[in-house]
Amino acid sequence: MKIAFTTKDPAWESMMEARFGRTYYVLVFDEQSGQITIHDNRDIVNQEHGAGPKMAKVMADLGVDVIITGNGPGENARAVLAQMNTVIYVGAGEMSVAEAYKAYQDGTLEKF
Amino acid sequence: MKEIVVISGKGGTGKTSITAALASLAKESCVVVDCDVDAADMHLLLQPDFDHKEDFYSGVLAHIDPDTCRNCGRCAKVCRFDAIVLQNGRYVVDELSCEGCGYCEKVCRLNAISMNERLAGAWFASSTKYGSDMVHAKLGIGAENSGKLVAKVKKEGKAIALAKNKSLMIVDGSPGIGCPVVSSLSGANFALLVTEPTLSGLHDLKRVYEVVKKFRIKAGCIINKADLNPEVCAQIEAFLREESILHVKSIPYNKAFTQAMVEAKTITEYSDEPLKKVT
Amino acid sequence: MKIAIASGKGGTGKTTLSTNLATFLGESQSTVLVDLDVEEPNSNLFLQGELLRKEDKMKMIPHWDSTSCTLCGECVENCNFNALLCIANEILVFPNLCHSCYACSELCSLGSLPMEPQKMGELSHFLAGNIEFVEGRLNIGEEQAVSLIAQTKKYVDQHFDDETMKLFDSPPGTSCPVIEAIKDADFVILVTEPTPFGLHDLTLAVETTRILGKEFGVVINRYGMGNEDVVAYCQRENIPVIGKIPHLIEAAKLYSAGKLIYKEIPSFKDEIEKIALHVKARFQGAAQ
Repeated sequence: MKIAFTTKDPAWESMMEARFGRTYYVLVFDEQSGQITIHDNRDIVNQEHGAGPKMAKVMADLGVDVIITGNGPGENARAVLAQMNTVIYVGAGEMSVAEAYKAYQDGTLEKF
Repeated sequence: MKEIVVISGKGGTGKTSITAALASLAKESCVVVDCDVDAADMHLLLQPDFDHKEDFYSGVLAHIDPDTCRNCGRCAKVCRFDAIVLQNGRYVVDELSCEGCGYCEKVCRLNAISMNERLAGAWFASSTKYGSDMVHAKLGIGAENSGKLVAKVKKEGKAIALAKNKSLMIVDGSPGIGCPVVSSLSGANFALLVTEPTLSGLHDLKRVYEVVKKFRIKAGCIINKADLNPEVCAQIEAFLREESILHVKSIPYNKAFTQAMVEAKTITEYSDEPLKKVT
Repeated sequence: MKIAIASGKGGTGKTTLSTNLATFLGESQSTVLVDLDVEEPNSNLFLQGELLRKEDKMKMIPHWDSTSCTLCGECVENCNFNALLCIANEILVFPNLCHSCYACSELCSLGSLPMEPQKMGELSHFLAGNIEFVEGRLNIGEEQAVSLIAQTKKYVDQHFDDETMKLFDSPPGTSCPVIEAIKDADFVILVTEPTPFGLHDLTLAVETTRILGKEFGVVINRYGMGNEDVVAYCQRENIPVIGKIPHLIEAAKLYSAGKLIYKEIPSFKDEIEKIALHVKARFQGAAQ
């Protein structure tokens, strides 16, 4: 599974970012290879409109299977993600990335 | 850090007065962010010092270079916003009508049209008379409040909050139900709805709560001028129960509320309770 | 004659003035009230009437034709609003981000993005006692208020003659929707209240109205609640104050219940009458 986290900083130690489209970074953890890749999203943060779907497109391009975030994507982004069959978990906006990953493994995160 | 966003849907419910009161109670521990840039009034109460100012650009605007343009009119033909008009025999851009779609630029064979960043207004970082930090903005005429501007002032507010170790960010949210209010709510921990017991108040409360619901943020509600109409007030309370919205407080209609505003003061005596409940 | 009723901020009493003034004018001449505050239309709460007509209002958005598309991605490049995305061999359209500029559609050499109408809101036309009432209402989540305002005004132009007094309840603020709402009015009434907030927002509204080169006057609502700064400002700026609606808790109560105030409170009616006379004098002036 490739899991994407919306984060404030480009590191595993970072806190989660509650926003989806206007998150600062996306941290992608590949469970198979154990590899972590970082996507810098600070360009999209400054878009007037349409940050959500653009972000969803990034997720699609990164080949993400699961997204863990805070508030959950808006309608537009949801439409894109539904197209890609991406699974979204929300409610991790106040956690660190590590806590969010643990909560995901424990099955305590809410499915969007 | 907690982020509280105060919204109302309808104007004149006392949203800004209540936000300012919360800010005056939280003092140094908070950063206030005014996202109600269409009618940015909070500075009248909190009296920030406009310490730091930066221009804000949002979107783009077409510009026709008169030296290159040969007046073929192709741009005017494709513009769906009637933003390219003939003035003294020359095509010029009506800046108030231009939406920045860039279609004209793409059809101009002489490359006489460029899309330039549009100066939308300015934003400020200030200290207030209550010791809190404040980030606020002023829009130019015809400039639109946008998700981008709201995101910008919130981002600056957050940066200050993190740098100075503040425990609270209070956001005076944008009016309406469009993109700016969506952006105001984005990333918030709590939405504080301010309404009044009038039919319009209830109507707009329901509409704006639809937006809040999409964000799955916890919400509470203050009913201002609560004794104005007991019947509508009961309807609002029923709505709050139905939607499991926390009924934070009812504030009776009180002349002091307005009087405080007239004297450019905040109305702290009523709001210490809501603040405690919220944080 | 077209009269726009506007204000720098919300909650100053725009709708109160619009509904009361329209109904009062309707007692003596044919009048239509048009609610152009399409994001938060509220006039209908005060005017119960019989629905004469309801129309879906559409905006044009591109629809992807997968059969002719080669996924070259040019349309995505051509959209300045992020309303199109190319994902996994598909072009996705986001209607609420689309400004209907047609660039993607008309610049597509294969014609793979024909523009098609999609509902953005509704227009309702009522008979409410002695006046007619037209309301534009934007769907929630829809952002292109300007287009619906323009369409609502067009409907009014088509359905009412020059003899009809047309009152436009405008959205608050100073942004594009307001400009669209007041740009072809013959006269603008700016509603404010006698408080620091009211004064501050009035100065913004005055600036906007002046940029548009409109004649305008000020109505002070809840007069007596605050101070005299608004009056002093209007004197200084040479702006006619055409009405001072008294601050009465009874008026606020009637408003809260969705009732027309002038029918119950004489002092309120006096001011509405004064404003109506002012407006009518202009109407007759314009007709001559």
